[in-house]
Amino acid sequence: MTYEELLTQTALADEQIIVMTAENRALVRNLPGILGKRFIDTGITEQTMIGAAAGLALRNRIPVVHALAAFLTMRAFEFVRTDVGIADLPVKLSGFIPGFLSDANGPTHQAIEDISIMRGIPNMTVFAPADEDDLIKMLPEIWESEDPAYTRINTRQTGYVHAPYEFGKAEIVAEGADVTILTYGLLFEQALIAVEMLRNEGLSVGLINMRSLKPVDEEAILNTAANSKLLVTLEDHFQTGGLYTIVAEVLLKYATTARVLPIALNEKWFKPALLPAVLQHEGFTGKQIAEKILGYKTRYQQPAVLTPQFSE
Amino acid sequence: MQRNNYNDQELEAIALKVREHIVRMSTGGGCFTGASLSAVDLIVYLYGRFLNITQANLYDPERDYLFLSKGHDVPALYGTLAELGLIHKERLQNHLSIDDYIYWHPNTRVPGVEFHSGSLGHLPSVAVGVAMDIKISGGENKVVCILGDGELNEGTCWEALLVANAYHLDNLIFVVDRNHFQANVRTEDLIPLEPLADKFEAFGASVKRINGHDFTALHDAFTHYSFKEGKVSVIIADTIRGKGLPSIQERADRWFCNFSGEEVAHLLMELHGHDTTSLTSETLIVR
Repeated sequence: MTYEELLTQTALADEQIIVMTAENRALVRNLPGILGKRFIDTGITEQTMIGAAAGLALRNRIPVVHALAAFLTMRAFEFVRTDVGIADLPVKLSGFIPGFLSDANGPTHQAIEDISIMRGIPNMTVFAPADEDDLIKMLPEIWESEDPAYTRINTRQTGYVHAPYEFGKAEIVAEGADVTILTYGLLFEQALIAVEMLRNEGLSVGLINMRSLKPVDEEAILNTAANSKLLVTLEDHFQTGGLYTIVAEVLLKYATTARVLPIALNEKWFKPALLPAVLQHEGFTGKQIAEKILGYKTRYQQPAVLTPQFSE
Repeated sequence: MQRNNYNDQELEAIALKVREHIVRMSTGGGCFTGASLSAVDLIVYLYGRFLNITQANLYDPERDYLFLSKGHDVPALYGTLAELGLIHKERLQNHLSIDDYIYWHPNTRVPGVEFHSGSLGHLPSVAVGVAMDIKISGGENKVVCILGDGELNEGTCWEALLVANAYHLDNLIFVVDRNHFQANVRTEDLIPLEPLADKFEAFGASVKRINGHDFTALHDAFTHYSFKEGKVSVIIADTIRGKGLPSIQERADRWFCNFSGEEVAHLLMELHGHDTTSLTSETLIVR
């Protein structure tokens, strides 16, 4: 099932759902004809779309709103914080091409501080599925919740079959005594590759797909800190305010500690190019991740990274 | 659906009471006195005759909606809600108290306040969303959104107008409290707005410009010039900052006031037409 099929099915079954976009129809091309008046395109107006979504939610609608993640979270930030956040309305934000998925669009389109700023809004929940299978498993819970929500939309096909989703819980893919990689979103694909390489080097390696950044699965983080010698936080986000920060907050909250290696964008935007080249250039391929953890080069080959079918 | 139907004389009497409330709120921390006095007649008219908002139907899904995007008008709103029985008058004495929610900007913990505001240029889009849903749902509710003229500096007001026009929101009226002042200076000296009606018309709106202190003109505009089929309406209500108090009227430095008890007593007399010496207070604060 695709994102659009799930949204169509949900909206047809639930009159409360209103699908909105700020003239970014990549994910919802078929919906105008199917939903009629319950499809609203406000034009290139992220701020007005969010304000209008708040107005619709005041009338007991559940607006699922679409825009590029960078503009949805930043251009419209004060509208999200003030109209949706203060009023605590169930507006569901679908941010398209977040993180490295904006590949060659350039820094204007890079949503790599989105998790940091969205999780700073009281009541806002924040989600980052690993791929389309994960997205489809997560969204029903997200849309059914009464909370405002921001989802980093990721429609990549990876072939990986995820476990069922439980709201706010991480997916524990594997446990490992030596190293555990905690990650979310697009980089889950590369983490799988890294895990295999690390295991070939004889390490006991764990992998956790975080899925939900807020609420965060504290138990998963604490268990990993207790049972794994090294935690690696892997994310296509600024190092400040993302998973690395969240892990640090959780450890401090429970007066515990761990060795943590952050792999993130540290005080920089990434070099724009097509996705495979971006991952290679910025050091986020599975092989590069494994080598950062090992501290030495390996003979393994990095599998090809699929280029997204469209970027906007 | 129930609505109030006060005549012009009765509305005048209510407006005077509301102005008294504003003066009383202009001490002990103060309020946006000059800014809110311009909107008194407008808000009193809307609740006193036009909108179907009363104590009985505050939460009825078929009620009309008033959105106060110009948050500084809120003392006029609170005074009106109190005079028309939507909130207890005693609550106004809790102005700025930690024990209540009557503060410098609108808050929904006060019955009759549909949405919080304070950050400018937000409620035009919220009002658009509500008006859109009324259209989708086939409702008859009217949506009124009061804007400040200074607020029109915010691009999102114009963005929302574009969207309102695109969606033919003829159940929506934007009302501009046109007192010709920004916070600190005259609008035309900073970011000129004129010809304002032309600008709104160019955005596809049905526009009427009136004296915002004249109840007959207000009633005529709201009943005859708004709700043109397929068009969003804009009523430009020309108003006077500080209206009712000659000693602060039309003064840029009387946007926000924090008077002494003695000054409040003088101003209450001034409201009732008694001559008072003009205020020389040094305690006035311009925020």
